[in-house]
Amino acid sequence: MRNLIALLAGLLFGLGLIVSGMANPAKVQGFLDLAGYWDPSLALVMAGAIGVATPLFWLARRRSQTVLTHEPMQLPANTTIDRKLLLGSAAFGIGWGLAGICPGPALVAIALGKHSVLPFLLAMLAGMLIHTRLQR
Amino acid sequence: MQIDWFHFTPWTALGGGALIGLSAGLFALLAGRIAGISGILGGLFTLDGWQSAQRWRLMFVLGMALAAGLYLLRFPSPDFALSASPVLSIVAGLLVGVGTRYAQGCTSGHGVCGLSRLSLRSLAAVLSFMGAGFITVFVLRHVLA
Repeated sequence: MRNLIALLAGLLFGLGLIVSGMANPAKVQGFLDLAGYWDPSLALVMAGAIGVATPLFWLARRRSQTVLTHEPMQLPANTTIDRKLLLGSAAFGIGWGLAGICPGPALVAIALGKHSVLPFLLAMLAGMLIHTRLQR
Repeated sequence: MQIDWFHFTPWTALGGGALIGLSAGLFALLAGRIAGISGILGGLFTLDGWQSAQRWRLMFVLGMALAAGLYLLRFPSPDFALSASPVLSIVAGLLVGVGTRYAQGCTSGHGVCGLSRLSLRSLAAVLSFMGAGFITVFVLRHVLA
């Protein structure tokens, strides 16, 4: 059941990325380019997503078990704002700006057959592996 | 600041965003977890061998790939323009991979889910990566170019 939920959630998430245009790096960079011709689309994607997700998270936070499957909730409890969070995010933001791609769109783009995203995707996965190695 | 009215797509942005929010919100309710793509991918790369906890992550990724396949059955391939060279793409990919794992989240985990949970930690992450993104594109397009 959990696997089916994950599959359907992934499907919906992927469709959202494609429909919103966020699988296109040029559109993401168009948003990040405040000093050029600015494309505000990404802000509306975030607004649409947060507008729909906020009441659902509000409901989720009030439950100790998941709906349907009755498993324990595993939403994060971490509230620490530390160097790892801020510097990690800054490094992510630099990479995001350089290519206009973040993890979700990288996956969707390769599935759409956009082969030019491959160097980015492989480097991103390598970066995740490097992090795992450094953590132990 | 000048708005790029030609490329601005308010309705598909809002609609696509709503789909993303619906996915993340339902996933929290039904699976009790954060639909954060960097966390899902990172969890697949823990190198501790195959665990049953990794199966749902694989299913989520397969669902995203399936979305692309189904979309292409019905619609023409969506616009895609990558201006970064392969070398720059590799640098960017490494930064995104390492950075999102240290920060424990990206645009989906901290951006969509974190802000929807009203998490201050996620707000700090979003301000940091958005700020870095704005500065990077400014340097890329208006200082170096």
